[in-house]
Amino acid sequence: MNFMHYLSDIDGVSIYPIFSLLVFFIFFIVLFYFVMRMDKNSIDEMKNIPLENEPSENNSSTTKMP
Amino acid sequence: MDLVKVSYDNKTVKWFAIATVFWGIIGMTVGLWIALELVFPSLNLGVPELTFSRDRPIHTNAVIFAFVGNGIFMGVYYSLQRLCKTRMFSDLLSKLHFWGWQLIIVLAALTLSQGITTSKEYAELEWPIDILIAIVWVIFGINMMGTIIKRRERHIYVGIWFYIATFVTVAMLHIVNSMEIPISLTKSYSMYAGVQDALVQWWYGHNAVAFFLTTPYLGLMYYFLPKAANRPVYSYKLSIVHFWTLIFLYIWAGPHHLLYTALPHWAQTLGTVFSIMLIAPSWGGMVNGLLTLRGAWDKVREDVVLKFMVVAVSAYGMSTFEGPMLSLKNVNAIGHFTDWIIAHVHVGALGWNGFLTFGILYWLIPRMWNTKIYSRSLANFHFWIGTLGIIIYVVPMYWGGFTQALMWKDFNDNGQLTYSFLETSTQLKFMYLTRSIGGSLYLIGVFMMAYNLVKTARQGSFMANEEVEVAEMPRTFKAHKGEFWHRALERRPVQFMVLALVMVLIGGVVELIPTFLIKSNVPTIAEVQPYTPLELQGRDIYIREGCYVCHSQMVRPFRSETERYGEYSKAGEFVYDHPFQWGSKRTGPDLAREGIGKLAKPDSWHYIHLFDPRSVSDGSIMPPYPWLHKNALDTSTTAAKIRVMQKLGVPYPEGYDQIANKDLMFQAEKIADELQKADIESMSEVPLSNTEVVALIAYLQRLGKDINTATLNEQAKK
Repeated sequence: MNFMHYLSDIDGVSIYPIFSLLVFFIFFIVLFYFVMRMDKNSIDEMKNIPLENEPSENNSSTTKMP
Repeated sequence: MDLVKVSYDNKTVKWFAIATVFWGIIGMTVGLWIALELVFPSLNLGVPELTFSRDRPIHTNAVIFAFVGNGIFMGVYYSLQRLCKTRMFSDLLSKLHFWGWQLIIVLAALTLSQGITTSKEYAELEWPIDILIAIVWVIFGINMMGTIIKRRERHIYVGIWFYIATFVTVAMLHIVNSMEIPISLTKSYSMYAGVQDALVQWWYGHNAVAFFLTTPYLGLMYYFLPKAANRPVYSYKLSIVHFWTLIFLYIWAGPHHLLYTALPHWAQTLGTVFSIMLIAPSWGGMVNGLLTLRGAWDKVREDVVLKFMVVAVSAYGMSTFEGPMLSLKNVNAIGHFTDWIIAHVHVGALGWNGFLTFGILYWLIPRMWNTKIYSRSLANFHFWIGTLGIIIYVVPMYWGGFTQALMWKDFNDNGQLTYSFLETSTQLKFMYLTRSIGGSLYLIGVFMMAYNLVKTARQGSFMANEEVEVAEMPRTFKAHKGEFWHRALERRPVQFMVLALVMVLIGGVVELIPTFLIKSNVPTIAEVQPYTPLELQGRDIYIREGCYVCHSQMVRPFRSETERYGEYSKAGEFVYDHPFQWGSKRTGPDLAREGIGKLAKPDSWHYIHLFDPRSVSDGSIMPPYPWLHKNALDTSTTAAKIRVMQKLGVPYPEGYDQIANKDLMFQAEKIADELQKADIESMSEVPLSNTEVVALIAYLQRLGKDINTATLNEQAKK
């Protein structure tokens, strides 16, 4: 039951933190690149999803963004 | 475009809303009660169920899982249906989820007050309830994912991403941290020991804050703030970056709860580095929330919902800046174990979670009952009394935290500690009293809100099923050429969930596994021996009464601590500690070296101190524990406990479980003899040697003994 040492023979365990940092860093850079290039119209569409479908009587002050 | 009729389920939202307010009042009232106990320790009236150390976990669990938990579900059930343009996946699952969650809360209150606890903070509930939590959580997950899959909106809005990440990460945290071996229906031992247990616990504890108190509420912010302001979120691009960065970074930051402890240094450093990096996504989210109101700040003056939300988001910004600062080792050296941390968490809980919940409730209830808020001025008054309450709560706690830290670390001209621990705690009574006033103001506000919302509901008529017409989603969809890959992901909830899980797993795996793998991370100390059966039973009483709530067992390597307590703590000391008992707060002194050196006291001192702390320690704020002196120790569990410990790798000799009670009685009688020599007689018909307090004394006297032997052996060798 003492599982502390089950995997203690793994070689080069120290590579994992570096690997995961790289994974995240690359993911982040790619994400950032694509986010910056996103289509403006579809973004407007997406960000307005919460504001659709409001029963009209509750939404008296519908002001459109300039 | 085909239009279809959809009927949104408001009934489940209503039930969760009622539960949110109800448990909020309960959780905060318990908080106020125990805050007063720190000023008037006899307020526990000698009753175990009313004692600070048993009730503090009830307060934290009630506020986190009952108040905020129901608040999350209220907001998710409301927003998810509308964002997906469909009714919840299954009404039956909604019902099971609601009642299952309430059952868990009731069981939590019943068991924790009885001292049935694992002692792992915010995960105190014992294994049968842990299993129930897992089942109910999965029910919630199926209901949520089912709804997302049958949605009529191609794009999954960013708020829902946060809900998905919450679901999958909390499931992972809960399962990993709750690995325990049962001894009976109400008792289990953590599978991890000492340093590993501490690391898993704070990996969990920190991410319970991240994925229970933060990500779901960010999801709610991304839905309800734009709704209340009637304008879209400031930057959708920022929200995408915010989401992925936040969930990836958060999972790593857990070890900042263990700085300067016996945790390996590389893990401590990782915790610090990722905590600092966390400022970026946290503030990205805050800025995104606040800037949603750009050009609409005039509305904030008028609209109480927005007032609550603005303060909530600001409090989020403050505590997510303060958190990383507290993760710097030099700041942590001052703040850790003090009331500064209590101030920090209450900025988050009262400000961020509390105020966002109130804002959502004031927005939601009039809508679902098709009316206007009953009294705007009362709601405004709630806003101000709540804000004032937060300030009057946190300022004394900050002040108290600094006072404690400065007094603990103060040396006089002769190089000796200036203050005894007792002096440092009596100094805080005024601050404790003042914060109770702040807490009371906040609670009064919640009562006002409850009244206001009930009146609002009474004057309106509830729409149990809200009928709307929405556009049917076209069955086929062709991605346009060169489509951003993330867009494709946003259409695939299950793959999205898997990727979110992978992101949070990376941090967990990298941090946890090496501590389990590499032997050099926990250097063994030959002199460290398993607890004797009596000490083991005493330790379980220590856990049952929640001593860890106020007493740490972790001497940090500072001169101010080694002077006060003795040798600093080493990782190898805790290898048989299932679960670890390092604690996170020093309302009372550290106990890691309680049995040795200048801290050692006779058995009779402990006996009297536990019965009436103030008779030997004038002005102490510790509650009395008189029932320990009357209850008989249950020795029927000894054999089972030894067997489970053996399974976990604690080296008791084979067959020891059969003779353990003989050793137990022998040691108990020795302590009873010592007590009788000091003219102490049993307080009930139970023989002195058989009382619970004797076992607890045996445990307290054991603390620090092994390291002392190790030091003596080393000196002898030299």
